[in-house]
Amino acid sequence: MPQWIVDLFSNFWVSLGGKLLLVALMIPLVGMAIGFAEMKLSAKMQYRIGPYFAGGRWGWAQLIADGVKFFQKEDIIPEEADRPVFKAAPILVLVGTVALLVVIPFGPSLIFRDLDVGVFYALAISSLSTIGILMAGWSSANKYSLIGGLRAAGQLIAYELPLVLAVVGSVILAGTMSLQGIVEAQIEAGYPYLIFQAVGFAIFMIATLAELTRIPFDMPIAESELVMGYLTEYSGFRFLFFFLAEFANMFTMSAIAATLFLGGYWLPGIPQDVLEFAGPVILLGKVFLLVFAMIWFRWTFPRFREDQLQTLAWKWLVPLALVNIAVTATLKVVL
Amino acid sequence: MTDNGSRTLPGLGMVKGLGVTLSAMFKTLFLPGKYLATVNYPKVKEVPVPRARGVIALDQEACTVCMLCARNCPDWCIYIEGHKEEIPPGEPGGRVKVRAKLDRFDIDYALCMYCGICVEVCPFDALFWSPEYEYSEAHMGEMMHDMDRLQDWMATVPEQPALEK
Amino acid sequence: MTIDTNAIRHLSDAQVSVELETEDMTLNIGPQHPSTHGVLRLVARVDGERCYDVQPVIGYMHRGYEKLSEVRTYPQITTIINRIDWVSGYANEVPFIVAAERLMEVEVPERAQYIRLILTEMARISSHLVFNASYPLELGAATPLFFALRERERVLDLLESVTGGRFHPNFNRIGGVKPAYGSGSTTRKQPQDLPAGFLAETRTAMDKVQEAADQLEDLVAGNEIILARTQGIGVLPRDMAAAYGVSGPNLRASGVPFDLRKTQDYLPYDRFDFKVITASNGDCFDRWWVRLQEIRESARIIQQAIDSIPSGDLQAKVPKVIKVPAGETYVRAENPKGEMGYYLVSDGGQGPYRLKIRSASFSNLSILPWILEGVLVPDIIAIMGSLDFVLGDVDR
Repeated sequence: MPQWIVDLFSNFWVSLGGKLLLVALMIPLVGMAIGFAEMKLSAKMQYRIGPYFAGGRWGWAQLIADGVKFFQKEDIIPEEADRPVFKAAPILVLVGTVALLVVIPFGPSLIFRDLDVGVFYALAISSLSTIGILMAGWSSANKYSLIGGLRAAGQLIAYELPLVLAVVGSVILAGTMSLQGIVEAQIEAGYPYLIFQAVGFAIFMIATLAELTRIPFDMPIAESELVMGYLTEYSGFRFLFFFLAEFANMFTMSAIAATLFLGGYWLPGIPQDVLEFAGPVILLGKVFLLVFAMIWFRWTFPRFREDQLQTLAWKWLVPLALVNIAVTATLKVVL
Repeated sequence: MTDNGSRTLPGLGMVKGLGVTLSAMFKTLFLPGKYLATVNYPKVKEVPVPRARGVIALDQEACTVCMLCARNCPDWCIYIEGHKEEIPPGEPGGRVKVRAKLDRFDIDYALCMYCGICVEVCPFDALFWSPEYEYSEAHMGEMMHDMDRLQDWMATVPEQPALEK
Repeated sequence: MTIDTNAIRHLSDAQVSVELETEDMTLNIGPQHPSTHGVLRLVARVDGERCYDVQPVIGYMHRGYEKLSEVRTYPQITTIINRIDWVSGYANEVPFIVAAERLMEVEVPERAQYIRLILTEMARISSHLVFNASYPLELGAATPLFFALRERERVLDLLESVTGGRFHPNFNRIGGVKPAYGSGSTTRKQPQDLPAGFLAETRTAMDKVQEAADQLEDLVAGNEIILARTQGIGVLPRDMAAAYGVSGPNLRASGVPFDLRKTQDYLPYDRFDFKVITASNGDCFDRWWVRLQEIRESARIIQQAIDSIPSGDLQAKVPKVIKVPAGETYVRAENPKGEMGYYLVSDGGQGPYRLKIRSASFSNLSILPWILEGVLVPDIIAIMGSLDFVLGDVDR
């Protein structure tokens, strides 16, 4: 590397700017890639082709075209809407997603900031999007949005609990809350925590689907009833924020699941120095598997009704997660 | 009686549904010739059956301006104007023949509902169905097809299919 | 100034005992909505998620069929009447033509009757496939839509190969089906009998339709989420169904084995062997299940008809300009949506004097205020979808 680049980036502000730019670019790119994967995979499940014309035979430019289309649309804000809240809602949702990227370990030394309370920080920051959704539902001055917002309030808060409780099992096994530390503990143990934490993994994935308001937990949006629920009044650029935020959130939550349960950037049998380069690729592979599962579930199942949703969360997932914690803790002490 | 199937495990129905979508995905990826349900219009076009009601074609020679089609059209979308011509006798002392000639025969496809009554009541076989369907326009005024354009559609009228038995 | 401590204590008590009053919200599930099957407007009073009162407002799609029929001749009415229930196009034409034939006392040839029956059953399969496509979509599952519509394309292609039109066949004539183009031509008459290969293609198509019914059943019937959303929801007891005039698969799902195909003779159904499918609970799941099984029964009827179709004329001898003698008659038929009836009053002219259309969806819709009382908002959508009405049929 030429010396002047090293000197340039050793300046704190330049390296900070570089990291911010990287994060800012990653979210749209990841969002578009996952959106494109969803379009193509869902098409194949339905005996269709999916995007074909944008960008040659594979249609890879479809999401870029969609992005440009959303950019240049008119920004419509309803007259009765609460303007500052209306404008701030998509930003909050996106901030909750972007901030999660900070703690995800892409390789043994490829992490933006290895916090000691990584898991705690991740779960807390991901709850920011809940406020954004409530703000969107309330400020839209539309009865459909209000119903969507109310449903979102109930659902997102209800599913925070199983989300948090499900990771406690992994934390107990690893002994540390730092995400990098959890991966290193799995490397040391030689097996991914999925083997002992299958129940926790299932609960985490179900709770993730609910936090993202994807089908089967799609009631706040409920396209066939509420015409997009809390998103009804958003158009153009603001809708693009929500749209990207959903796909980017799929990426980040899958990355956290992969880190906590599937071993993160590590595959058994790969030496440490190769992991420096191969780590991100391995992590992306695991993330892709999880994202594929999310897409698969979305296009197969119908949606739960709101009270059935709540029953599932409170009566089934929370007790199961508590039992999981108790069993894991006992076994860790005993064995 | 409703039959939900006897399932031993709860959740088995959902797994079966997952299996259906996954197998659909693999079938479409690896055997698209057999399983793909869509065609890539406009690169690939489906051929409609010969009897498909796409557009009406006019054989100007056969038309005698009897106005039956215009009268029977439920939407009144056919506009016909004609005049009578006198044809001089073939031999001296013969009768002068009077023949009707078309001046204007327009079908307004913006109104036409493709019912086929005009084709059916024509006693002189001047109107035919053709399965052509790609004649959309950007302006509604251009959906009025005049005599010559209707005559051009005659080239696309297919042979009628063979019948059963 | 003295402070009256007693009064202050009473004041604070009074503030605590004020109750929280909540207001109902009037939600307009408006004419433009993804799942109202057309332009139906439901004015619903909801309290949170629970709906207390629903008033359907219809008429956004009224096209004036009965008035249009007064100024048109019988062949012209045949061309517009298949647009009443546009999902099952052919099935709307048959009872009207049978009514005119009854007044004229015309004997329809056997082959024409068999062709009418085959095409009507294909229309039934087409309509039920659309239901199977759109109902899971309203519940959130997007994939059965494509499976069902794919099979529907086969049926529509068959309809097109015979009649020339997929949704609006316009194939019935008084006295039979369309015999030929050109009623008076002699040189290039084009007979409109079944095209070559139709019987073989129909056989394969019916096999594929039954396979698709199996696939849809696998995808949808066992799914726990669908069962949780549809079982026990929108239960319609037998007596309420009969009182409101509900007909068709909705009535049969409530346990009433009433099928006009068995009791009326507008088409030769008595020569074929098919079951009347009923279910016992009358909830949304049963209504879905009855329609799925009816697809299979219709495929069986078509296969039997294909095997035994007689040869012969396509249309009886009728004069070129048709005038139906004076009189009145009512013909009921089993449409895919329910019972469809045409009350035809003729005064001897070229067109009817009055045509009254009893449409199935109008009566099916009338049960909405009763059945939607006290249900949750998502259930409104589930119940409305399971009744399977089409606004063109409601408003005519």
